[in-house]
Amino acid sequence: MNRYSRHIILPEIGQEGQDRLSKSKVLVVGAGGLGCPVLQYLAAGGIGKIGIIDFDTVSESNLQRQILFGASTLGINKAIAAKAKLEDLNNTILIKAYPEKLTHKNALAIFEDYDIIVDGTDNFSTRYLVNDASIITNKPLVYAGIYKFEGQVSVFNYKKGPSYRCLFPKQPENGSIPNCTEIGVLGILPGIIGTLQANEVIKLILEIGEVLSGKVLYYNSLNHQINLTKVNRCEKEIQKVMDTKTVFEALDEEINCERPIRIISIKDAMNKKNIQWIDVRDTNVNPKINHSEVLQIPLKDLKQNLNKIELGKEQILFCQAGIKSKKAASILQNHKIHSSFSLKNGACEVMEYFNNKNYDR
Amino acid sequence: MILSIKYFGLLAEVTGRSEEKIEFSGKSISDLKTILFQKYEVLKNKDFQIAQDNELTANEAMVTATEIVLLPPFAGG
Repeated sequence: MNRYSRHIILPEIGQEGQDRLSKSKVLVVGAGGLGCPVLQYLAAGGIGKIGIIDFDTVSESNLQRQILFGASTLGINKAIAAKAKLEDLNNTILIKAYPEKLTHKNALAIFEDYDIIVDGTDNFSTRYLVNDASIITNKPLVYAGIYKFEGQVSVFNYKKGPSYRCLFPKQPENGSIPNCTEIGVLGILPGIIGTLQANEVIKLILEIGEVLSGKVLYYNSLNHQINLTKVNRCEKEIQKVMDTKTVFEALDEEINCERPIRIISIKDAMNKKNIQWIDVRDTNVNPKINHSEVLQIPLKDLKQNLNKIELGKEQILFCQAGIKSKKAASILQNHKIHSSFSLKNGACEVMEYFNNKNYDR
Repeated sequence: MILSIKYFGLLAEVTGRSEEKIEFSGKSISDLKTILFQKYEVLKNKDFQIAQDNELTANEAMVTATEIVLLPPFAGG
């Protein structure tokens, strides 16, 4: 009996469709919660060549949802562990593991070798990289993102359809929206959403049904709410990405030079000379600090006020409890300003410091 | 008019509701955002897109439908 007989007897697929699947090459970026079910069904379904890129290793907390792994693969690179598992599932297809990080430098060359890209990433910087590299190499991208009990799915860059940037033009700061590691996720959820992605891949290849292009599907596993939102292609966003084509590989620098945020205590800050105090709280928050040495730039306005940062000085960024100030330091770093500290303490301590300082005089 | 607003993902958490009806007398999506920001200040710092009648819409667009969705990006994978 043929391995694919249940496909082949479907008039919508037939031997011809199955041959198409076996001639297709699909790259899955990230072998995590989404990547595992996608890979499992693509391998079982007879996709001729499957690429798996993931730099991460299997840890015990992955096993609740990343169904290609088990006790025997703990500590092993996910791309390599997934390849071994899938080769057992289907030894008639070619599986290539890339046990490395996807970067601007390697993305275009890797993408060129495939027909379809699947996004199983877990952070925004890689997600936008995957989207942009798909636009530049002109590959359809089967996207999904998940949040706790909810998921989104769409197909981008398909027959002049929209891209991820047409849906969300502005890349959120990494960390602004928590991922599964930070807030948890129902184990089954990426299974459901990843399976929807695999389904779109198969439909794309077979050209059957209605490809989920030009709309984003939202699914809530708690109440089975499903919502389809129409998204239009935005030429301006696509063009912006195309404009980076010639310098794309060099864009890595910016991502790689992420440095840790420097945290400072009020005590150490007090002993520093040549510093600029910046209050990043919203202006209506108490206690208000009106002092000539303290500059007020609410976090939300920081990007528009970078010109107020005195580059010859070190900045002490503070807020109510040291959380917004950390975000502020990260924003400055993203704009290549590495001279700032995030204050561990809050505005109350800063006020106390300035009160004492005035008193000393 | 009465609008039905749906909040997805993190937005449902920070507003404390997944759906609500509000009375709206403004004109544009931008007016609607102003009202929502007054009601939920925390929304100001969140990334999201707005859809009306199941289609993504821009700030300048007029509110013409009663079904509104606030759609945030999802990080996880």
